[in-house]
Amino acid sequence: MSELPVSETDLQAYADGRLGAERRALVEAWLASRPEEAERVAAYQRLGKEVRAAYEAMLSEPVPERLAQAATRRFPWGRAAAIAGWIALGTAIGVPAGWQLRPERLVAQAAPDSTPIARRAAVAHATYSPEVRHPVEVGADDEQHLVAWLSKRLGMKVRAPKLDEAGMSLVGGRLLPGENGPVAQFMYQSQNGKRLTLYVRTEASRNRETAFRYARENNVGVFYWIDREAGYALASTDLSKDELLRLANLCYKQLEP
Amino acid sequence: MDEAQRLVELIPRLRRYARALVGDRAGADDLVQDTLERAWTKLHLYQQGTDLRAWLFTVMHNVHVNRMRATRLADPLGDEMPELASRTQPDALVLRDLDRAIARLPADQRAVLLLVTLEEMSYEEVARTLGIPIGTVMSRLSRAREKLRAMMLGQGAATKLKVVK
Repeated sequence: MSELPVSETDLQAYADGRLGAERRALVEAWLASRPEEAERVAAYQRLGKEVRAAYEAMLSEPVPERLAQAATRRFPWGRAAAIAGWIALGTAIGVPAGWQLRPERLVAQAAPDSTPIARRAAVAHATYSPEVRHPVEVGADDEQHLVAWLSKRLGMKVRAPKLDEAGMSLVGGRLLPGENGPVAQFMYQSQNGKRLTLYVRTEASRNRETAFRYARENNVGVFYWIDREAGYALASTDLSKDELLRLANLCYKQLEP
Repeated sequence: MDEAQRLVELIPRLRRYARALVGDRAGADDLVQDTLERAWTKLHLYQQGTDLRAWLFTVMHNVHVNRMRATRLADPLGDEMPELASRTQPDALVLRDLDRAIARLPADQRAVLLLVTLEEMSYEEVARTLGIPIGTVMSRLSRAREKLRAMMLGQGAATKLKVVK
């Protein structure tokens, strides 16, 4: 009888929770009759957890000034390179888009905000939505606390819209650093694991309202709009533009003051 | 401008990885700073539309390898643990035993283990970031885990993980 084909690579991927259901079942069956191997794999999983726990606090520590400066320092050549990159990218948000002669781009050109909300929301989405274990700081099971906390930190009433009718349920939220103060991010997830984040920040110019605008940043689709004191951006890599628009409408209706 | 903000947002993750990689806080922040500075000078090599995080970790990896090469020449410590000597102040977040065990892994294996475990990168991403074949990623991961397990077991129940104040 031939041995089931379980390799060391399978065991590693199993320990990391990265096998598909079929392969996972195969490995589990294989481990069931090998207690020593099972113990070894369990130890890898425990160690993984311990390693993450040991360094997790680094993520919420304030960034030392010297590092913030190193990240934002603009050497002349750095800026030139950044601009060259933009031109190569061909999507211009917040920078003159006229050279493309694409009318819709001109319309979608953001107001002279120095930090296009779409971009920041896309980056925040790309940073946190792949997190398996720590997608949020405060979970939806403590929604009241989450909303009260974020409202307090942003200095305005923040709400997490209910998107269940569109199949997205709230996972929770987190506080992020923004250019002009704290920013909130709510994360939603569908049953099949598609993720959506709503980025909420306060707006300096309090009486502005905008229509929905759409932008694509790398692989992240973003609908964003400004509603008086608040700027919103709904971001997802997993959802189509139409799905995202529908969700943006749902959010907008609920968030209207 | 926008690149700068994206860099800023990635700093906490760079710091976490660097902290685990080099073993002490000041050294980690030095590594992050060098990485950020290097990123600015190399920004023209970054391909827009690709994963900035992965690119930054690649930059950090290269900076780290170069620094290790330089210190090894100046300071041949061999098997001694430089992290203990260089740690000037107690570090509240450190799980000391685990930290020490990680520091004792060969550098190549440590990087793979941390990118998989802390950054939760896919094996393919790790391969790209470190510029090695995926088979090498898997073998280093396997060896790193087995060593770490052996070290932690070797310490026995008496020295369970403790948070050092």
